[in-house]
Amino acid sequence: MSNSSIRDTFFEECEELLEALVEGLAAMEENASDMEVVNAVFRAVHSIKGGAGAFALDRLVNFAHTFETVMDKVRSKQLDVDEQLMMLFHRSGDQLADLVEAARDGREPNAESEAAILKELGAYLDDAENEEELAFDAAPLAFDAAPMAIDLPEAEAEPPGEPEQRRFDIRFRPSPALYANGHEPLLLFDALAELGTLSVIADLSRLPEFDSFDPEDAVIDWRLTLQTSEDETVLHEVFEFVDALCELEIEVSEEPAESLPADLPEPADPIAAAPPPPDPAVPAALTTEPQGPAQKPAKQSPPRDEPRGPRPTLRVDLDRVDRLINTVGELIINQAMISQRIEELELPAVAHLTNELEAYKLLARDIQEGVMAIRAQPVKPLFQRMSRIVREAAEATGKKVKLVTVGDSTEVDKTVIERLADPLTHMVRNAVDHGLERPDKRSELGKDPAGSIRLSASHRSGSVFIEIADDGAGLNRTRILEKAIEKGLVSPEAELSEQEIDNLLFLPGFSTASEVSNLSGRGVGMDVVKNAVAALGGRVSIASTPGMGTTFTIVLPLTLAVMDGFVISIADQTMVIPIASIIETIRPNPRDLHCIGTDGEVISVRGAYVPIVDVARNLGLSGEGADSSGVLLLVSTEGQGLTALRVGAIHDQRQVVIKSLESNYGAIAGVSAATILGDGKIALILDPDELVKLTPAALFLPPAPPPKPELRHA
Amino acid sequence: MSTKVLAIDDSRTIRNLLRVSLEGAGFEYHSACDGVEGVEQFSEVEPDVVITDINMPNMDGFGVIENLRSGPNRTTVPIIVLTTESGPDLKARAREAGATGWIVKPFDDASLVSVLRRLTGHVV
Repeated sequence: MSNSSIRDTFFEECEELLEALVEGLAAMEENASDMEVVNAVFRAVHSIKGGAGAFALDRLVNFAHTFETVMDKVRSKQLDVDEQLMMLFHRSGDQLADLVEAARDGREPNAESEAAILKELGAYLDDAENEEELAFDAAPLAFDAAPMAIDLPEAEAEPPGEPEQRRFDIRFRPSPALYANGHEPLLLFDALAELGTLSVIADLSRLPEFDSFDPEDAVIDWRLTLQTSEDETVLHEVFEFVDALCELEIEVSEEPAESLPADLPEPADPIAAAPPPPDPAVPAALTTEPQGPAQKPAKQSPPRDEPRGPRPTLRVDLDRVDRLINTVGELIINQAMISQRIEELELPAVAHLTNELEAYKLLARDIQEGVMAIRAQPVKPLFQRMSRIVREAAEATGKKVKLVTVGDSTEVDKTVIERLADPLTHMVRNAVDHGLERPDKRSELGKDPAGSIRLSASHRSGSVFIEIADDGAGLNRTRILEKAIEKGLVSPEAELSEQEIDNLLFLPGFSTASEVSNLSGRGVGMDVVKNAVAALGGRVSIASTPGMGTTFTIVLPLTLAVMDGFVISIADQTMVIPIASIIETIRPNPRDLHCIGTDGEVISVRGAYVPIVDVARNLGLSGEGADSSGVLLLVSTEGQGLTALRVGAIHDQRQVVIKSLESNYGAIAGVSAATILGDGKIALILDPDELVKLTPAALFLPPAPPPKPELRHA
Repeated sequence: MSTKVLAIDDSRTIRNLLRVSLEGAGFEYHSACDGVEGVEQFSEVEPDVVITDINMPNMDGFGVIENLRSGPNRTTVPIIVLTTESGPDLKARAREAGATGWIVKPFDDASLVSVLRRLTGHVV
């Protein structure tokens, strides 16, 4: 394992620790006196500090240290957690995350907020503790050059040249505890011997009679003579660990070094070499100590580094996974082709072949789902990031907000999670800024002064649902409509349904806040959110009740690589339309069709009139009207609500592999991607929302919205 | 036979660093990620020396030392405390519990190996 990969794992571990930190702080909010929780928080910060020290990330160490010191005071009950301190902990956690990120990317962290938080944390510490911080600050160089790691000298460091040799007489009387603590005098002597010439004499005068011998007592004293050029402090350092476990006298002898007797007894003397063995396991005859169940018969110790941990994981290059996904896509196409070929053969009695083929299809789907699962990740980290956004937004607006997350173990494709971060951030900020009322207003209304934002994720019928719900005032539809008219986005005469008014929010450049607040008003509108979600093959919808709050729902496909579609024909061309977008298929009865004006046509569906959109016409295909006797697909679109798409015929329902059109050809209005069908032909995949927008004279839509802004997340 | 080290630390980073340093110096490396597992591993691995962190979940470093010194294992193998704190209190407490020595994080390879060598007689 190389140094850089250890560094990588350090930052990976930091992610986990920061996650645990956020979780722990949230739990502290519930119950700050739960010592388990406080300890877990402390440990997370402490571990980050420990690792950071190893990579000389001094700023991170310093900050973590201060954070940890304050947390330690809570842990030792010297400090009570109030709301203010809790907030400071949250912010410290955020700052710590910033510092980790900065360290990982090798950039400068935000010094201003760091200093501010350090100062606030410092206010909870007394002078001595703060001074300790200063000492920490003052010594950062020591980390790089010579880590202050160990209080021991380099034993083998022989001084250059021939400095003056001196003779030390050492009397060393170990206590029983010295042996009990695992020390071995001979090893100490070895260390001394490395400093110069050592002679050792064992003083056996305290050795008792055999029948009164206590194997755990220390009865041998030692007289040592060391001839060395080293300083006396170096000698003391050798004894550092046994300090307080022995009696030790070190004297510099005045006698010249030459007079050292050369014939001192060798320490290899059997008695001298074997100090009383305190290990009860060895002299079984001499001890009454019962043998514990410690010794297991078999020594099974396979080398394992991560025996437990949360769950074993495997780190895989993302490219490899994507390659696999691609190949599986090809496999599915291949399976479709084989099915089609067999059909074409028109073999007699192919029942079992069809069965096998069906099994093959299921297997291919299993494999595909398995591969997708590799890319799937829980939304938890994403949701956790939102807690910070909520906190910051609440602070900036002076509102009180409680964030509730539901279903954060829901798994979503990695790319989706990554690209969802910005839109979600924006929506959460919006919810705090525009959605929730001020605390005093809420109190007036009889609501809890603290607003609540509920972030939830779930899997439903092959899609991922992500909801951002606030319990605020709800959308002010009158104002939204006024604003839209004012901005010329909608004509003053237009009669819009509530849903249509809500959807005005998604028009480019729309902003309801009468003054651009410093929070949400960053030039990013809901249109960008919508486009980002659309780029992921998803859609956003709004539900709002005045006085009760607003809920934004993002619906995303489970995967970006494969989808279930209807194979349809449009003016004799084969195309695919996502099944997820289709509510109902209708074989129209001419009785239910009604013309409106010259172009318009509606169908009455259970009493309601639904506009019909001719797909062939909207795509500009020749043979307009070719599908007039075809099938209608009822879809719900963003701009227009319920719409019926007229297509020629439905041929098949199948899983298709999505191939990007934009990266292979270019964007086509009304078309989201392409796929390869079983016969090897390419078919376009339609995007109902965009398709409907192409209607020349929209029946309900406000004047054509300005051109689509560039996708931020594409 | 090479000297067996059992390192007990809840930080993967630290375990990785220890592994690299110690395997590089010819030790046989074993590890555990908390105190309880450390004590379990001790009976299994029968190490020649133990390195333990102090602040860990389930059982902390003091617990490990006390358990190894006076529990059923009742061992006298050297136990080295690996800690970020270097205060005299901690040293005294560790010694009281039965620790043999200590290493202050961040540690460098040479000093780490030197301490181990000193306490175990391991020859590099």
